[in-house]
Amino acid sequence: MFQPHARNSSWAPGEKCGLVAIIRTVATILELERFASRRHDLSDAPLSRVTLEIRAGEIVTLSGPSGCGKTLLLRAIADLDPATGTAVLDGKQRDQYSGPEWRRRVGFVATESAWWETCVGDHFSTPPGSGDIAALALSTAILGREVADLSTGERQRLALLRSLANQPRVMLLDEPTASLDYDTTLRLEVMVRDYVASSQCGVLWVCHDLNQRRRVADRALAVIGGVVQTADKAERS
Amino acid sequence: MSVIPLTYSDLLLAATLVLLLAGSSFALSLGISRDLLIGALRTVIQLLLVGLVLKVLFAHASLLWISAMAALMVAVATREVYARQSRPLAGGWGLGVSAVPLFVSSFTLTAIALVVIISPQPWYLPQYAIPLLGMVLGNAMTAVALGLDRLTSSAFQQRGQIEARLALGQTWRQAMSGLQRESARIALVPVINAMAAAGVVSLPGMMTGQILSGTPPMEAVKYQILIMFLIAAATGLAALLAISGAARRLFDERQRLRLDRLRAPR
Repeated sequence: MFQPHARNSSWAPGEKCGLVAIIRTVATILELERFASRRHDLSDAPLSRVTLEIRAGEIVTLSGPSGCGKTLLLRAIADLDPATGTAVLDGKQRDQYSGPEWRRRVGFVATESAWWETCVGDHFSTPPGSGDIAALALSTAILGREVADLSTGERQRLALLRSLANQPRVMLLDEPTASLDYDTTLRLEVMVRDYVASSQCGVLWVCHDLNQRRRVADRALAVIGGVVQTADKAERS
Repeated sequence: MSVIPLTYSDLLLAATLVLLLAGSSFALSLGISRDLLIGALRTVIQLLLVGLVLKVLFAHASLLWISAMAALMVAVATREVYARQSRPLAGGWGLGVSAVPLFVSSFTLTAIALVVIISPQPWYLPQYAIPLLGMVLGNAMTAVALGLDRLTSSAFQQRGQIEARLALGQTWRQAMSGLQRESARIALVPVINAMAAAGVVSLPGMMTGQILSGTPPMEAVKYQILIMFLIAAATGLAALLAISGAARRLFDERQRLRLDRLRAPR
């Protein structure tokens, strides 16, 4: 399995570290407040003023109808699109990180993975361990293959490994099992859960499958009427 | 040897060849007769006009007038670069990203050639300055147009790949490195081909012109080599400046890909 991520301390030397700060550091990795995508080609983001937090070692799922703005929200959190509102990672505002620095810490795996080199292995800054590859039902030989020869499912699993190589503090997964069969889906779920447990990172996982939500979610959120709320509450209303 | 002067009836004879070509393409339904005739007409009008302008400029070798002519040439080249891109940068950047590199590269290298190498008296003697600038600018214009068009259209088509790299924490330079290299290559291929084929496949235009006007072949060759090197340097400089400027503009201060800064395709 992946090596656990060294937990980042949110306080700088000399900063007050009272009980509140300690609890905050242990519990919360990412906090969003009144957060919304502000893509310039869209007049208004469908999801606006989102307030949520992702805690260390937890998987939060996000569901909602197609086109409700889940992917836009993930892209904005990953700092791929401009956004309004507040985003805080490990106690530091987003502006305190450079764009690339933020994106290394907040990993985003899109529904459709993109590749730019011919060979699979050339996409990894650090080659993944054989155990991690095997955990996703792949063999290490795949790193020497050409991307064009991979199936969609293989690409999707490799895109997850590629993103984990940065040891992100938060993973944003946009339907990561959309092109996988049932067995591989289960393997990927186990791998992500193991990784989260060992690294104490947090995950925001967009998923439509109720069964998957039950298997992986520590907390479940849903988008109803343009508002993010806890899934149970949303489903009751 | 003096130049054999051409009469207007000589030109008329040449024009009938173009008319014959237009007639043939019409008969074969190629759909290019109209463009061919308009192109021929533009050639006549534009060259006659520039002939008149050069006549006046040559008669009054004033730095002010030559600068005005040079500025006009850069403005027209900038507009041409803009028009040749399917997705140019929007707003003032669309023009600025080609105007500045064209101005810097063409003016700098033409001035170096005039002051350091050819040394006419005065250094801005229009018989040298305007044709040199025209040739350098014309080639730089083509290179910048090709490079920018490749960069912006590829950035649009490959946005998934660029954003995947950004999402992994790469900088905009890393995410665009391949695209910038490819755009620079596309921009410089014509001038590299022209240098490789010079004198073997065809005699370059300026050299042909000088030989026709009675210049000894070796003198014409030396001028042609000079102009080829000037063109290569100016083209490279303009293309690299324009491509890196446009690539930077495609990203904001947080290094996010901003395709909304491109104009919608025409």
